[in-house]
Parts: sequence; structure tokens; C-alpha cells
Amino acid sequence: MNRRQLLLALAACAVLAPARSQERVIRIVAKKFEYNPAEITLQKGVPVVLELTSEDVTMGFLATDFRVDVEIVPGKVVQVRLLPEKTGSFDFSCDVFCGDGHEDMGGKIHVV
Amino acid sequence: MTQIIDRRDFLKLAGLGGAVFASGLAGCAGMAAAGSDEFYFVQLSDTHWGFKGDALNPDAGGTLPKAVAAVNALAARPDFIVFTGDLTHTTDDPKERRRRLAEFKQIVSRLDNRNVRFMPGEHDASLDRGQAWKEFFGETHYSFDHKGVHFIALDNVSDPAAKIGDEQLAWLKADLARQAQDAPIVVMTHRPLFDLMPQWDWATRDGAQAIALLMPYRNVTVFYGHIHQEHHHMTGHIAHHSAKSLIFPLPAPGSQPKRVPIPWDAAQPYKGLGFRNVEAEVKKPAYELTEYPVKA
Repeated sequence: MNRRQLLLALAACAVLAPARSQERVIRIVAKKFEYNPAEITLQKGVPVVLELTSEDVTMGFLATDFRVDVEIVPGKVVQVRLLPEKTGSFDFSCDVFCGDGHEDMGGKIHVV
Repeated sequence: MTQIIDRRDFLKLAGLGGAVFASGLAGCAGMAAAGSDEFYFVQLSDTHWGFKGDALNPDAGGTLPKAVAAVNALAARPDFIVFTGDLTHTTDDPKERRRRLAEFKQIVSRLDNRNVRFMPGEHDASLDRGQAWKEFFGETHYSFDHKGVHFIALDNVSDPAAKIGDEQLAWLKADLARQAQDAPIVVMTHRPLFDLMPQWDWATRDGAQAIALLMPYRNVTVFYGHIHQEHHHMTGHIAHHSAKSLIFPLPAPGSQPKRVPIPWDAAQPYKGLGFRNVEAEVKKPAYELTEYPVKA
């Protein structure tokens, strides 16, 4: 299994897991060519659930440092559970081509 | 397992951007006995016709015509020419997309060599799954044979999620099944088939499956575009060579935090742009690549 297949497998597991009631839920909305919010701050060791949606076309959400790679189809909510294990600032980006501006579509996850 | 290719063994670099002078393609040693011949082909990539942005290329409308003229002026005439994708710059407007494709096709019709093979990039094809591109250039994946070398064009861009897809992978498997395991095989594609830099969109989601299908074949070489720079990489015994762009260069993988294009350098116009000539030589199992810049 290569790294990308591993990412996809791990991401699939994360998506299938529903949010637990005590976990913080962060909603991120994607649209051409931005995420809102584009930056989020998490606490190290505290799990969160990202709820990802798209307002226009299918988008990607790739966060290699968190082993997450999912597609966000309009009209559906994708849930991804993250457990931040180290502090720092980490990039996420869109990896589903969505037009002129796709290359600049991304954001940051800060872990403190 | 991957390793960096020994460039001294594979390459002689000459300067400008991207045409292929294929000297000694992998696996060509037996071709002479079969009556084959040496030949050249030219690779051009990422012309992004329709792009506008003076900070990156103030001659966006002139670079492609210059490259066409440079190919026509090559001393060694190529057998054929291939464009490995991103012929046009993306647009949300289907009419504008077709206008750019039509203009591109008109400009490259000035190539003296009429044997030209085209492939799409994500800028051409990802927003309509290749519909407009096919109207101008036909199928997005295909194979052909030339002087004993089997060429395969793979489409990893019509799916906006950068997948080759199960159907095309099945086609690839069937196409390869007709080849001997020592056949010289050249794969042409737009995105890298291996995970060069997924966070910069420099990967093919199911590229590992294509590489796995190619692995049993001992003489496989891959030429691709997308990353707007020369790059050479090995996955096992398979060499992967990316070509320069003809619009603007991009930074080396991981060399900076963001994949921000490299600005135009007025002191060195067209720096980082070009095309490649590949020389296929029958007696020596290796490729010789010659890089050509764009001249002002």
C-alpha cells in the first residue's frame, strides 16, 4: 500500500466515524476558490470533527500531515475526525481541480 | 522503492526548454535486428494558451509561436511531436475554452511536421471531463507503435480528482498484454504517475495502479508535464521525465512553502521555459534528452 492509498484508507475510516457528542465540531465550507474559515486552531491532543461541505462544485480536502484526503460533493456533509498529535501550522489544500484559482485554494490548521 | 535517476547515464542537457531528442530509449537494443531505425520525437508541454499575466510571462501570446518556429528550425527533423497537456489555460466559460483550443490548434498547425500527437491537461479537460478537448483532438487516451517502440498516452486529467479510472486501467492492462515483456514502451501522460508532491497536486490518485501494471515490462520510460520544470525520477526500473513549460516555470518540489510560479526575469527572458527533443537510438538502451530554451 503506498502513501496515498494509506491516506485514502485512513481518511475513509475517519469519514465513516460520526461525531461524538462531546467532541468539538468545526464546519468548513468550500467554494471556488476558498475555504471558510481558511484557518482553524486546534488544541494538541484534543480530538475534533471537521464537517466539510461545498457550495458549488466537488472539491477536495487534502491535509497530508493529518492523513486526510477526501472529496466534498455539493449537498453532502463529509465528517473527518482529527486528533492533533503535534503543535505547529499545517497546510490543507484542494486536490480536485475546480478552475482558475484551484492552485491557490488552501488553508492552515494551527495546533497549539 | 524509488531512487533518483543518474542523470549522467540518461541525459545530455543543452539549455532551453522542452523537446525530446530520444537517444537510446530503454529497451531499443534489439530493434536494429528487427529492422528498426533511430528516430527523434519532440515533447512540448504546458503551453497554457490563453493565460494572461505579465508578471509571469509578458510574452504569453508569443512564446508558443516561438516554440513552433524553434521546432521547425531543428537540424534533426523529429519523426513526430507530442504535446503532453495543458494546451490551454483553464476557463469556466465553455465558449472561451473552445476558442482557446481552436487558436492553439491553428498556431501549432504551422509545425512543418504534420505527425503531431496531443494529450489533455487538467486546464484543458477537468472542468468538462474532456468534452471540448475531444471535439478538437479526439480520444484522450490511446496507443500507437513507431519503429518498434510502443507508445501509450494515458489520461489522468479528465477526472478532476486526478484519477486514471478503472475503465482506462483495464484498457491499459489489455494494451500491455499484447506487448512482450522486453518491448520498449514509452508512456506519455500529463500528471506524474508517482506521488511527487500530492499537497501541490503533483500526483495521480491511482497512478500506483498504472505503475504496477507497467512493472513487469523491463523497458518502460514515462514522459509527462504538469510541473513546469525538468524533473527525473525512478520508480524501480521505470524512469519518469517531466518537461519544462512554455508559459512560466514552477518551483522545485518542496523548495518553498507554496507552489507559487516563478516570476518573469527581465534580465533573462524565457528562463526556465522550453521544449525537449528525445532521440531514440537503437543500439543503446537509454534515452538522450536535449533541452531547448525559448529565444527572445
